[in-house]
Amino acid sequence: MDAAADPPSPGLTERQRWMAVLARANAAELAALLETVPPLPAYRRLRGPESGLVMLRGRTGGAGAAFNLGEMTVTRCTVRTDDGLTGHAYVAGRDARQAELAALVDALLQDATRHSAVQQAVINPLAEAQQRRRERDGRKAAATRVDFFALATMRATP
Amino acid sequence: MSATIDLPGFADPARDAQRAFRAVLAAMAEPGSLRMAGDDLIAPAPLAPATAAVLLTLVDGDMSLAMDAATYPAHPWVIFHCGTTLTEPAKARFIVALDCPDLSTLPSGSDEAPEESSTLILQVRALGSGTPYCLSGPGLRSPMILRADGLPADFAAHWAANHALFPRGIDIILCAGATLVALPRSMTVENA
Repeated sequence: MDAAADPPSPGLTERQRWMAVLARANAAELAALLETVPPLPAYRRLRGPESGLVMLRGRTGGAGAAFNLGEMTVTRCTVRTDDGLTGHAYVAGRDARQAELAALVDALLQDATRHSAVQQAVINPLAEAQQRRRERDGRKAAATRVDFFALATMRATP
Repeated sequence: MSATIDLPGFADPARDAQRAFRAVLAAMAEPGSLRMAGDDLIAPAPLAPATAAVLLTLVDGDMSLAMDAATYPAHPWVIFHCGTTLTEPAKARFIVALDCPDLSTLPSGSDEAPEESSTLILQVRALGSGTPYCLSGPGLRSPMILRADGLPADFAAHWAANHALFPRGIDIILCAGATLVALPRSMTVENA
């Protein structure tokens, strides 16, 4: 899935923020950025990476009764580093490598001694790139925007 | 929870779960026969590989599971890899125990729905050695001897009460190391 998703909303915990960034990154980006933060601890996979389907639910009008919107392919992975930290990742699509690297970065970010280095070397560049992509796509979409006026909205506009 | 899971589940979930399911199926069809399960699984202490393999194979989020206090160190592993939560034995469809609980306290189903009884996954010290029991009943052409080490001394009497409830009753899967033996409720178990 591309970075054109919603911007991270306030009220998320810090971990939710970095997991959201990791979920939108791709494997090549992650691998390239991880090379700048040696040395990485050894780790093993506790589960996966494995792909499956997740049922997405929606609400009519955003507030009505919940209904099943459709299924989405999701890949998840859990790793444990030799430092004893467990990282989880759920990413859209079937990129197993992305899920594994995202889980590894999640584990690294929980380590107080590595947190700031990994945050600066991996999460911040990814978040900025995703923000740029979102703004670029937003501008492209805004350029083709058409406002439809109905009688009600014309009356409401002074 | 995340601090205490340090072992993976099945290396190849689909294939390994099918192999373990086949082992349980064969064990149920031929009570008393020793089957291998979980021989390449590293189980979290104090669970035996066969116990862990049966759990990974049969339990998921739609199944209710109870585990006795002695298995406490393995709870996070089971919750994570099975995707389930733990409940009390009286409400559980699967019960894991290292010490045989009183069978009469476990859900034995109803005469209308005997399939709603629970299955006890009982880990014992050894199978194939220890106290001999004489098994007879459906699935066995002639009575056979099962040796198990770690069952309570009055197990045969408790089992007789469970067997008398038929079609209700508890089914037991005995696990030790990487072997398992099934005792469906239809079996007659006597001290040999």
